[in-house]
Amino acid sequence: MHHNDYPMNLVSFLWLIPFILIIFLYILAINYSNKVFRKWPFYRTILFIMGIIVIASACIGPIAENAHTNFVFHMYSHLLLGMLGPLLIALSAPMTLLLRSIPVPAARKVSKLLKSKYIQTVSHPIIASTLNLGGLWLLYTTKLFEAMHHSWLLALIVHLHIFLAGYLFTISIIYIDPTPHRTSFKMRSIVIILYMAGHSILSKWIYVNPPRGVSKQDAELGGMTMYYGGDFIDVIVVIILWYQLYSSSRVKKSTTLTSYSFN
Amino acid sequence: MRTLNRTTESLNFWSGILFGLGAVAFIDEVIFHQLLHWHHFYDKSTTSVGLISDGLFHAFSWFATVAALFMVADLKKKNSWQKKRWFGSYILGAGVFQLYDGIIQHKLMRLHQIRYDVEIFYYDLVWNVIAAIMIVIGLIILKGEKNKTKVSEGKVAS
Repeated sequence: MHHNDYPMNLVSFLWLIPFILIIFLYILAINYSNKVFRKWPFYRTILFIMGIIVIASACIGPIAENAHTNFVFHMYSHLLLGMLGPLLIALSAPMTLLLRSIPVPAARKVSKLLKSKYIQTVSHPIIASTLNLGGLWLLYTTKLFEAMHHSWLLALIVHLHIFLAGYLFTISIIYIDPTPHRTSFKMRSIVIILYMAGHSILSKWIYVNPPRGVSKQDAELGGMTMYYGGDFIDVIVVIILWYQLYSSSRVKKSTTLTSYSFN
Repeated sequence: MRTLNRTTESLNFWSGILFGLGAVAFIDEVIFHQLLHWHHFYDKSTTSVGLISDGLFHAFSWFATVAALFMVADLKKKNSWQKKRWFGSYILGAGVFQLYDGIIQHKLMRLHQIRYDVEIFYYDLVWNVIAAIMIVIGLIILKGEKNKTKVSEGKVAS
């Protein structure tokens, strides 16, 4: 592993370009947005950049390189790419920024797309959590995990799916961007509890049943990493979910938390 | 006005129950799993029902803790946090969950034992007796609070 001695080789530098580009686009969009709208909050920019760094570190660099051979590092990259990255990106409100920074006709098309039946279906908490958790069960309980390490294309697809499903799931539970198809607080609460349960059951399953090509010891450590790491990020999502309800009941002074939550 | 009181009462009651459940799960994790290493992350005799039950309770306990704290914040904001009633239901919730963990999860579903390579009976006994005591204390406090409400509403002449 002599190439690890160098901070970055050419191939991983090329992989860095799309990530730099997307941060550049976000900042460019802020410039457009600030001309017409209220100044874009600085913390959202920070969240977005942090999110992109988290995602990039799951794809390139030391964590990603070790993830090929070390299952615990694979779990780190899984947590970064599928949970922490999507959460940070969701909190940076990219869709709001997009709608503010593009011309009105284009923005209308985008919002029409957001209101479409397709988006309504995939962003429903039940569908989104199934895509997310179902993908993970498929990855770790079938030959897919082993096959991913032999095919460059398959690895890319799996990585993309993990991020997109994670993002979709996050925005189906907490609402930061404009969300035309909302579901009740009760529905989202039940789904996140079931999701957390499914995630912890899967991590214990991995603990006992190592995926192909993973040693028993690595599977045990990896399973525990998934269990506790997943908890940590899901609890943040739950706190945001409740905070949103709490602040909305502050606006409507007459409603109490219970009467609001059971609507 | 009555319904508003009822809502406040049930909000106090349920946030206490939820916090009790969350607190026991948290103590279980921190003390018995992490510090003492008595509980095992996984036990070979675990049934699949046990695994599912553990997953669900584990998830729900985190959710319950967060929910309870926001409910209390909401009650405090409205100046209607009834500390005693809340504490009663907190002890009750903690006891009920501890008893469920001790009898259903440890014994029936064989999730994991309290401790390994020891005479487990005494550990189980202490575990479940503590749970029962908490349930009784919780119920007594709640009963006392209920009577107080009745007196203040003038339903009981005293």
